[in-house]
Amino acid sequence: MHFRWLKYSRVVVSLVFLLLFFLMLVDFTGHFPRNLMKGISWFQFIPSFLTFKNLLSLAGLGFLVFVVLSLLYGRIYCSTVCPLGIFQDVLSWLRRKLSRRKRIFRYAKPYNILRYSILILAILVFLTGNILLLNLLDPYSNFGRIIVSLIKPVAAEINNFLAKVMASQGIYWLNPVELRAVNPFTLIYPSAILILVSWMSLFHGRLYCNTICPVGTFLGFLSRYSLFKIRIDKVTCDRCGKCSSACKSQCINIKEKEVDFSRCVGCFNCLSACPSLSIQYRNSWFPKEKEKQDVEMVKADPSKREFVVKSIAFIAGITGLSKIASAQERTAGSRKPSVFAEIKTHPVSPPGSISIEHFTEHCTACQLCVSACPSHVLKPSVTEYGILGFMQPHMDYHASYCNYECTVCTEVCPTKAIQPLTVEQKKVTQIGRVHFIRENCIVYTDNTACAACNEHCPTQAVKMVPYKGDLNIPQVDTSICIGCGACEHACPARPYRAIYVDGNVVHQLAEKPREEKLQEEAPEEFPF
Amino acid sequence: MKRRDFLARSIAAGAFTALGTRNLLAENGRMSLPYDLVAVMGGEPDEMFNKAIQSLGGMEAFVKKGQTVVVKPNIGWDSTPEKAADTNPLLVKQIVKSCLAAGAKKVYVFDYTCDAWKKCYANSGIEQAVKDAGGEIVPANSEQYYHPVKIPKGKNLKDAKEHELILSSDVFINVPVLKHHSGPQLTIAMKNLMGIIWDRSYWHAHNLHQCIADFATYRKPTLNVVDAYRVMKKNGPRGISVNDTVLMKSLLVSTDIVAVDAAAAKLYGIEPSQVNYIRYAAEMGVGRMDLDALNINRIKL
Repeated sequence: MHFRWLKYSRVVVSLVFLLLFFLMLVDFTGHFPRNLMKGISWFQFIPSFLTFKNLLSLAGLGFLVFVVLSLLYGRIYCSTVCPLGIFQDVLSWLRRKLSRRKRIFRYAKPYNILRYSILILAILVFLTGNILLLNLLDPYSNFGRIIVSLIKPVAAEINNFLAKVMASQGIYWLNPVELRAVNPFTLIYPSAILILVSWMSLFHGRLYCNTICPVGTFLGFLSRYSLFKIRIDKVTCDRCGKCSSACKSQCINIKEKEVDFSRCVGCFNCLSACPSLSIQYRNSWFPKEKEKQDVEMVKADPSKREFVVKSIAFIAGITGLSKIASAQERTAGSRKPSVFAEIKTHPVSPPGSISIEHFTEHCTACQLCVSACPSHVLKPSVTEYGILGFMQPHMDYHASYCNYECTVCTEVCPTKAIQPLTVEQKKVTQIGRVHFIRENCIVYTDNTACAACNEHCPTQAVKMVPYKGDLNIPQVDTSICIGCGACEHACPARPYRAIYVDGNVVHQLAEKPREEKLQEEAPEEFPF
Repeated sequence: MKRRDFLARSIAAGAFTALGTRNLLAENGRMSLPYDLVAVMGGEPDEMFNKAIQSLGGMEAFVKKGQTVVVKPNIGWDSTPEKAADTNPLLVKQIVKSCLAAGAKKVYVFDYTCDAWKKCYANSGIEQAVKDAGGEIVPANSEQYYHPVKIPKGKNLKDAKEHELILSSDVFINVPVLKHHSGPQLTIAMKNLMGIIWDRSYWHAHNLHQCIADFATYRKPTLNVVDAYRVMKKNGPRGISVNDTVLMKSLLVSTDIVAVDAAAAKLYGIEPSQVNYIRYAAEMGVGRMDLDALNINRIKL
């Protein structure tokens, strides 16, 4: 039986997914459809699993689909919807096209100890209530980080350059994006993963997926028991090796005429490569009589590469990085610098994330919210949530502030670490509380009017009250503050702001802003 | 994120200097207006504007055929028209229309917003209004559009970075909304110019009133149209709800930015001399705040 159509369908589906994920993550126009976003991220294994754990709802059943599919057909996930996997396939394909060598890949032994150790370690760490390891290894989140942290800024620069060229011709169709700088430490991990994944996919095919990726290892484990498996017909196979050379997983052992199906990513390249149709996709639970003779179960082949040590050291090294103070900010003009440092006890987690604990337990740091945030206030953290929260986004009020009427991040989160809020709910969700340092305030230090904080405050939690002469000075009311950070962002005092938001450990319900009907009439005559 | 494109910028600066001169000539050409200031009360924003501009000789007195116009409303906040945090969209629409009717080649509209700009443009109703009128609403959220300018008469503010469309357009129509402002008490026409420059926090840190007046010595709009249709009288400049506003159904038009601010302050209920930046600007000779001595056309509908 011919199975060629399998490969072609896989290629089409996977390219569509890759393109959609790319556009979703890189989108700086805000036009990517929200429902499509939910639709395609529903399939992502770890985010979906976390949503399931989080909400026990249909929204999180995507991972179960792939558990079932793996038990039936093998690792369908890895070659059709996993963006990092498809990205690697594109790289391998390019290498194949550009290389003179015909045989790019050949059979390689599995790193079983390493891959199962990583999987078990990730599960153990997860069971202790921390998802750092899952985050750092999750293929979808890694793809997200690579696109949002590394590719999007480049795309934005190109866009801005084009916008500038067009503007010089009086055309203002393209909108420039101001992606305010992120902490450089948050670029290191995505860069390292990009280099690692690229190197592996160029020279060793799907080595990442079969060694490091916990999703790949887990689904691979299930695939050992799949209903349908790829098998070599030992009678008709003449060991031409075409299947093996087409296999990105390097899991076809031509000498033994065996396929290690736990490492097979289900790309079906081998099926269309075999000239004698000896490599086939067969029912392994109920093989036909004739097949029984030549079917042999695949045996695990444990090897002991001490590559483990390096990997763990690498990960530990990254997480141990500490933040370089971003306090090298420009002090506004020639003013005297402010002297009292802000005392921030907790970072601010995005609205809808319930509490810092809930957020850090469910966020895989895929950076989708960072990319989708129209105000660009969400930034990947370094040590704001502690080392274990590396890369999980926090509200960076030096970069921007949270738009009062906006709920975008609550709508896009694939793991429901940020849960949906209506605009009305969002407007009373207190994610942090305002603090005022009078001694840093421009009104106090310079005796001039300012009120930038109050001007930006959407609830009047920062009010201007009489000070000296006709000057007013801010006064804060935390009961109606929602912690949006507009005041902190607007405050011109440097290096320390006079007003700032300290994060709430558990988000609170703020009181509604106080409204009073004006008792004033409009003038009936011109007063001049 | 800074992009230094020195060459392009130098060329642009050269071109703008030349265009700037053209702007000045245009200003000199319209000295003989029938009134110093027109005040209208009792109508809808668009009809009040029509009355006012007619009494000044029509839009043709300010916009010549083939000229480019930039209209700068206040679109600072992600807010809806009934809260009056942003300029009334109907007024903006009418201004754009009348510029095009007067033969303008292009009419650009922008503001450097405080809230996320796309949301401000959309929810204020101004984006749609401009499109309906045939104008072009353009982004202003990026430093790359701003070019350094000198403010020779400034006391605290010696330089700024100004939006390139203000520098390159033939006509600049400033369309603020009159409202309460927690910082400098009121925001009207001079304060609205903070939306055409990049580094606003410098102004806040260096005596806001003085900086506002300083910038007005340098940038003189061709025309100032103050929207006082619905006026926010507390919790400004952002406001909490429609409860903060009073329906005044008024509009002020003048080429003198100080006079229009003074009249608007009066309308609001504050003596112009009590607003520092108005007083500073008058003292620096930017315009006149002695309303009694001005030739004012008062129109009641």
